[in-house]
Amino acid sequence: MMYPLLRVEDLTIGFPAATVVHEVSFEVFPGETMALVGESGCGKSITAFALMRLLPPGARILRGEVMFDGINLVTAAPRTLRDVRGRTLSLILQEPMTSLNPVLPIGMQIAEVMRRHEGIGKAAARRRSVELLELVGVTDAQRRYDDFPHHFSGGMRQRVMIAMAVACNPKLLIADEPTTALDVTIQAQVLDLLDSLRRQLGMAVLLITHDLGVVAQWADRVTVMYAGRVVEQAPVRPFFASPRHPYARGLLDASVGHDGEAHYTTRRLNEIPGSVASAAFEHGCPFAPRCPVRIDACRLSSPPLVALVPEHRVACIVTAGTEHVPAVG
Amino acid sequence: MPLEGALDRSADAAPPIARPLARGRSGRLLRACVTNPAFLVGLMILLTVVAVALLAPWLYPGDPQDMVAVPAMWPGEDWEHPLGTDSLGRDVAAGLAHGARVSLLVGLSAAAIGLTIGTVVGASAGYFGGVVDNALSRLTEVFQTVPTFLLVIVIVAIVQPAASTIALAIGVAAWPTVARLVRAQFRSLREADFVMAARSLGYSSPRIIAMEVLPNALPPVIVTTSVMVANAILTEAGLSFLAMGDPNLVSWGSMIGDGRSLLRTEWFLTALPGAAIALTVLSLNLVGDGLNDILNPRSGLA
Amino acid sequence: MTVLGRAGRTLRRTAWQALPTTIGIIVLCFFLLKMVPGDAADVIAAEAGSATAETMAALRARFGLDQPLLTQLLSYLDNLVHLRLGYSARFNMPVSDLILARLPNTLLLMLAAMIMALVVGILAGWVMAIFANRWPDRLLQVVVLIFYSTPGFWIGLMAIVLFSVKLGWLPANGNMTLGTDLTGFALLADRAQYLVLPSLALASFFIAVYARLTRASMLEVQRQDFMRTAAAKGLHPVTMQLHHALRNALIPVTTMAGLHLGNLLGGAVVIETVYGWPGMGRLALEAVTGRDFNVLLGVLLFSSLLVILANVAIDLLHAWLDPRIEVQ
Repeated sequence: MMYPLLRVEDLTIGFPAATVVHEVSFEVFPGETMALVGESGCGKSITAFALMRLLPPGARILRGEVMFDGINLVTAAPRTLRDVRGRTLSLILQEPMTSLNPVLPIGMQIAEVMRRHEGIGKAAARRRSVELLELVGVTDAQRRYDDFPHHFSGGMRQRVMIAMAVACNPKLLIADEPTTALDVTIQAQVLDLLDSLRRQLGMAVLLITHDLGVVAQWADRVTVMYAGRVVEQAPVRPFFASPRHPYARGLLDASVGHDGEAHYTTRRLNEIPGSVASAAFEHGCPFAPRCPVRIDACRLSSPPLVALVPEHRVACIVTAGTEHVPAVG
Repeated sequence: MPLEGALDRSADAAPPIARPLARGRSGRLLRACVTNPAFLVGLMILLTVVAVALLAPWLYPGDPQDMVAVPAMWPGEDWEHPLGTDSLGRDVAAGLAHGARVSLLVGLSAAAIGLTIGTVVGASAGYFGGVVDNALSRLTEVFQTVPTFLLVIVIVAIVQPAASTIALAIGVAAWPTVARLVRAQFRSLREADFVMAARSLGYSSPRIIAMEVLPNALPPVIVTTSVMVANAILTEAGLSFLAMGDPNLVSWGSMIGDGRSLLRTEWFLTALPGAAIALTVLSLNLVGDGLNDILNPRSGLA
Repeated sequence: MTVLGRAGRTLRRTAWQALPTTIGIIVLCFFLLKMVPGDAADVIAAEAGSATAETMAALRARFGLDQPLLTQLLSYLDNLVHLRLGYSARFNMPVSDLILARLPNTLLLMLAAMIMALVVGILAGWVMAIFANRWPDRLLQVVVLIFYSTPGFWIGLMAIVLFSVKLGWLPANGNMTLGTDLTGFALLADRAQYLVLPSLALASFFIAVYARLTRASMLEVQRQDFMRTAAAKGLHPVTMQLHHALRNALIPVTTMAGLHLGNLLGGAVVIETVYGWPGMGRLALEAVTGRDFNVLLGVLLFSSLLVILANVAIDLLHAWLDPRIEVQ
């Protein structure tokens, strides 16, 4: 059995007013694409930022452990953390229009990562940056090195972001909704690029998305989050073949519609009746208010994540048949 | 003025189509007063200054320019005149109280004049756009470029100094800030759905400006008002410090100017009226900052 | 595009935009001059003691005062193009010479004050943003608000009491030690000594303005996605601030600095009076007392043109800071 590259355990994140992520656990193995999927506001982006300790002001990691490449990132010293960020663990944000510094040339912004982590000179960094720009499909890279972000389209900027993220051959790339802000036609190109880079560089990708079509096409495994909790975790094939959590089933029913798999791509996850429960929901299963199969016991305590078969875990006392098992912390 | 006419006429006509303004504004205002101590402190200082200005004729009856005691007495020397006397034996406390009247009066009327001109210019430029906008923007730029204080000096020198002319001059020199602000607001609101709706119903431009756009463009203008009053008070102080103020009135600026000749020895004559100016302007700025937090909760930049 | 090419384009665009403003200012000055009660003929007649109606008419014809307003405006423009701002009866010399003699002093004061305001203001704002809502920020906010609310000339007077009268550290009047024959470094040191208090007094308000602005804009920048990108690269917080935040935060500050230039020049009038600084502002005031409107309006015109020129410089700086400008 392979050792996980990233192991998140019991990660709990809170703002002063409320806890937004509860006891989230998952693993990412070397070279795979793990999708973290859920509706907006379910805590998946906060979870991703917490992995790099880049939480917005006010948010804090309350409990849990993030073991990455032998280091617990939750307790790591700022210096250690800085050495990890951008080198073995890198990040792509959702909004390519705002995630690049508008007043600096894009080439310089790529070169900066390598100069920081590999201590190479200006000329070498420039040469490598141009290569990276070519690698991600920016034509005429030599000349475009000195261009500013506003000279690029959204899709091109996301390619620049990807070049920056893979510059130091990271072991894990976290991509927070990397294609949400892009045109549908560009989305597939960017995801294809990410996937081919993953193969070429042998890195793992943690793909944060709300798009089940993206999950079906590009992910190896999937972790579904609802209201700040993990509700189901499975390899992609069994997940799409037979989702176990009522929420996941609802999602797939809502997305599949009448024409089957072909139409996943553009559907969103918010088509289940009812509205997203607040992540601050404290008692019982957070999905209970919208759940078609709920029983009285669902209101009592939040269900634990249990393995139905190896690798397929679900947090639902009804489907798991664990009504009588007492919930754990 | 066409705007006022429009307001009168439409007062009993159909209500505005939509009012994106928050309903609970007065509630928010109250809550903000409680939770924002700086705003509260500013408001209290300002109200005190206003009270002193209003009560000055009763607190210190008679002309504050009269000699009442030994000249150049330090504060505390004689409790009849707690803040001392100046080089001509005038009571400093009486001067400060009466000076508050001049400062506030000139400040308020100058701000009112500036706001009126600025709002009319900015609203027309922003609402009509095109040639009107171009011409008015150029005009605004001219007045923005000319050094405000110099322009005030020139105007006052030409028309002779009096409280009214000084207020007018400051107002005439200060309107561009408001005009730019109102113009920007109008430009963004011009295309708003509720304005489109009003236009499609065939409402006249003055009515749309006054009833639909203006109320929604007001919050930043209200915030600017306190800053304008503050700046007008500072300008008036500078002017009367240079002996270009109303010669018949005691103002804080003229007290500083008079005290200057004794700066090396009786420096309190300069310090006290200056502190009064600073305190008043500070209170206005605190109120302005507080209003900004209340009315534009998301505004990052000044 | 090269930096130089961008600078050239900015320069051309700014110059083109400045033209109507310049003409507008000239027209404004002309009308202000026309508003002055009495005209040049009255002044000369008053100085001569008496004048008949005929000599008055002759004088008016000589000055072109009997021409239609538009013709007068055109001849005023023509005079300005040739730098003829008229003659000062009070100082007995051409207005342009008078102004040019005072100009370097005012420029020096303005420049010193502007640099001081920007450097101190930006530093203070930066510190406030870094310590946002902790005690260094709160303390500085109070200090800044006091500077923002206090008349600069009063700060100047109080600084005289403290630094000149009580401590005797700095001179309080004039712009150099008179009757000495200093050269080289000693001259520079002497001048600098006289410059400290006036430029501080002039800068005080603007220090506050830029500090408030820098704080707000720095805080705004910290929230931007590209700062998270920079952190995700593993950059040191200091590198992030210096390399990624500061330049972005300075863009609104320079815009504001341009808008405030006129106010800075206006403020110089009072500050020059407080410190007996022989600059244009004090000249304006002397003109007011002497009711010499040629000089007064000359100063107004000249200062306005100075503001336009300085704005061009600011625009260049702005274009250098913000590469997106070429698009707009």
